[in-house]
Amino acid sequence: MTATRKTSRKSNTSAEELKHYYREMLLIRRFEEKAGQLYGMGLIGGFCHLYIGQEAVVVGLEAAAEEGDKRITSYRDHGHMLACGMEPGGVMAELTGREGGLSKGKGGSMHMFSKEKHFYGGHGIVGAQVPLGAGLAFADKYLDNGRVTFTYFGDGAANQGQVYETFNMAALWKLPVIFVIENNQYAMGTAQKRSTSSPDIYTRGEAFGIPGETVDGMNVLSVKEAGEKAVAHCRAGKGPYILEVKTYRYRGHSMSDPAKYRTREEVQKVREQSDPIEMVREMLLSGKHATEDDLKAIDKEIKEIVNQAAEFSKESPEPSVDELWTDIYA
Amino acid sequence: MATEILMPALSPTMEEGTLAKWLVKEGDTVSSGDILAEIETDKATMEFEAVDEGIVGKILIAEGTEGVKVNTPIALLVEEGESVDAALSAAPAADAGNEAAPAGGSEAPATPAPVAAPAAPKVDLSPDWPADAPMKSQTVREALRDAMAEEMRADEAVYLMGEEVAEYQGAYKISQGMLDEFGSKRVIDTPITEHGFAGIAVGSAFGGLKPIVEFMTFNFAMQAIDHIINSAAKTLYMSGGQMGCPIVFRGPNGAAARVAAQHSQDYAAWYMQIPGLKVAMPYSAADYKGLMKSAIRDPNPVIFLENEILYGRSFDVPQVDDLVVPFGKARIWREGTDVTIVSFGIGMQYALEAAERLAGDGISAEVIDLRTLRPMDLPTVINSVMKTNRLVTVEEGWPQGSVGSYIASEVMQQAFDYLDAPIITCTGKDVPMPYAANLEKLALITTDEVVAAVKQVTYR
Repeated sequence: MTATRKTSRKSNTSAEELKHYYREMLLIRRFEEKAGQLYGMGLIGGFCHLYIGQEAVVVGLEAAAEEGDKRITSYRDHGHMLACGMEPGGVMAELTGREGGLSKGKGGSMHMFSKEKHFYGGHGIVGAQVPLGAGLAFADKYLDNGRVTFTYFGDGAANQGQVYETFNMAALWKLPVIFVIENNQYAMGTAQKRSTSSPDIYTRGEAFGIPGETVDGMNVLSVKEAGEKAVAHCRAGKGPYILEVKTYRYRGHSMSDPAKYRTREEVQKVREQSDPIEMVREMLLSGKHATEDDLKAIDKEIKEIVNQAAEFSKESPEPSVDELWTDIYA
Repeated sequence: MATEILMPALSPTMEEGTLAKWLVKEGDTVSSGDILAEIETDKATMEFEAVDEGIVGKILIAEGTEGVKVNTPIALLVEEGESVDAALSAAPAADAGNEAAPAGGSEAPATPAPVAAPAAPKVDLSPDWPADAPMKSQTVREALRDAMAEEMRADEAVYLMGEEVAEYQGAYKISQGMLDEFGSKRVIDTPITEHGFAGIAVGSAFGGLKPIVEFMTFNFAMQAIDHIINSAAKTLYMSGGQMGCPIVFRGPNGAAARVAAQHSQDYAAWYMQIPGLKVAMPYSAADYKGLMKSAIRDPNPVIFLENEILYGRSFDVPQVDDLVVPFGKARIWREGTDVTIVSFGIGMQYALEAAERLAGDGISAEVIDLRTLRPMDLPTVINSVMKTNRLVTVEEGWPQGSVGSYIASEVMQQAFDYLDAPIITCTGKDVPMPYAANLEKLALITTDEVVAAVKQVTYR
């Protein structure tokens, strides 16, 4: 774990900004905890991959994005959807497979989309979103609209062949795409050192001339700063950029993962020493940007949003049986 | 206010489990993320974390208890100063189960009742172009290029991508001249990486473009099939109708000549199986042109299966402003009364030759070109079988799970009473394609075999 640096660049980060990050990260965490609870109650079925621990990655990068920029990710996607402004109720109702879900209950946890928020999924096949993301950037370049695409994938997907096919074409065609490698150190249950011959994934673009850097993914401010640099590179027409964001997943790979491949102490240590939400909370308090009461009010507000989302996801009816046969062809 | 902790479902299939071990005891304060207990599921032993904060007021299920049903209250969490007894009496224990998931699969899938003798199905017999349209002899190659070029002139979002499509002018010269007309922004050479460029093309379709992806042959599309099926065909459904994928995957399919096993496979039956895809496999140049124009305009992903041997063959192509042939409409090439022969793509060559020879023997064969396999114009086939009472299907692909076996099963279910003989499905042989010329000939379907099949079903 590299995320031991707890210093902050608080001097040039406003109180409002910090509070915004705190709120956004807390929303993801509380949402995911609730999703885990609903899964335990049998209200969510199948696969459900929680984002707890990785919140700073997506919140930091969303802070670097502009309206119209696109994002695409894998199946661990709830955090990305909440961070780009998709309705928590619609996300949760998709998890419960209800009519009010963002895919009308037909996609589930791993397959959600929002044209309005420029969120292009939610993809269940490891690595598939990487060329798809470069394709979104291809369209942006073709249309000359100045947009960039954040293409998220994990340390596991980073070993997929299609990733390198994509790096080659993205560099060749100077596509405005940021490859965000969320390195949470475990590809399902396989530790990075057991699956990956060269540990510095951010250097994997060198062969294609793609610049890359590693980022402390437990520090939302570091992520945002790196994101801004990458965005500027892409928008200037210089082609793709790689960010390897070092992060950590507190929960199992999916809900049915007993997580025997790592010790409880390892998880506990990250939680206690590097938690991204605690870090911002500390900055807010020590910098006198907020009082305990201010933060309690935010906590309460988030809890309310998440409870409402959960209520909606339970109350929304199952999709009409007619839905079985719709949306197969446009 | 007390909170009940319920026995969690910790795998997609868990209905009950063993409460192996409590890691907290009554009176302990817990916060979100603390491990409360170890639970044995049907798959593994899992740690169970707290979601809410509070004090463990009472443990309701002792450790070591087996067969604890999901959603059974296993402990009670109370707040500071709250009495356990008061909480117990207030807790709506019986309600817990009401929050459980609704029983899945309550709606049994509607199995269609067997239909004994249907009324004649509705068939679209309208002509594809005016009968008096002037005709010009064109090759399939020219027809394909004209179709793509016309659609690219009409819509800036359409572009062509693939190996050797631009500077080389197409490995099979289908895109000849297109780089000159449309430039390198819209006619794009790719590296030889089907998986990657198919994914990029699908992503660009999500992003608002209308790609035409040329696979040098469909054999190589197997490297890209995940994007064709999982990314292109399923996204509209998975997104609840929000995000479609207007894309055409095209290229030669099936056996060429003497290129052996890895380069000689017919994928018609593979792609035909996938809901969300449309599949065309035309025979004549006019249909290549009209269907390609439809495919490019279609908002759905289309698999367009061409044939290398047909590329150089000439057919009459109607000279109309906008030749568009709809998907899902078969073409009757030859009317007949004694037997129906159904084929598509290069199979039509054997079907038509056989019909000609059979006419000499006094057997009148009706020959139907399906043109598209998904949607498939089964009404035209069934209508014909109701007249001829006999059916032979012809294709180059392998026998097991063939296009013909699907047609045979549908005809059997929908028009059983009209059949006077078992249906024969003529296919390629059940072997990888050999290289040796004599063996290759044996592996392919032949006109002789079609003639023999027709004689068998007509008892001649």
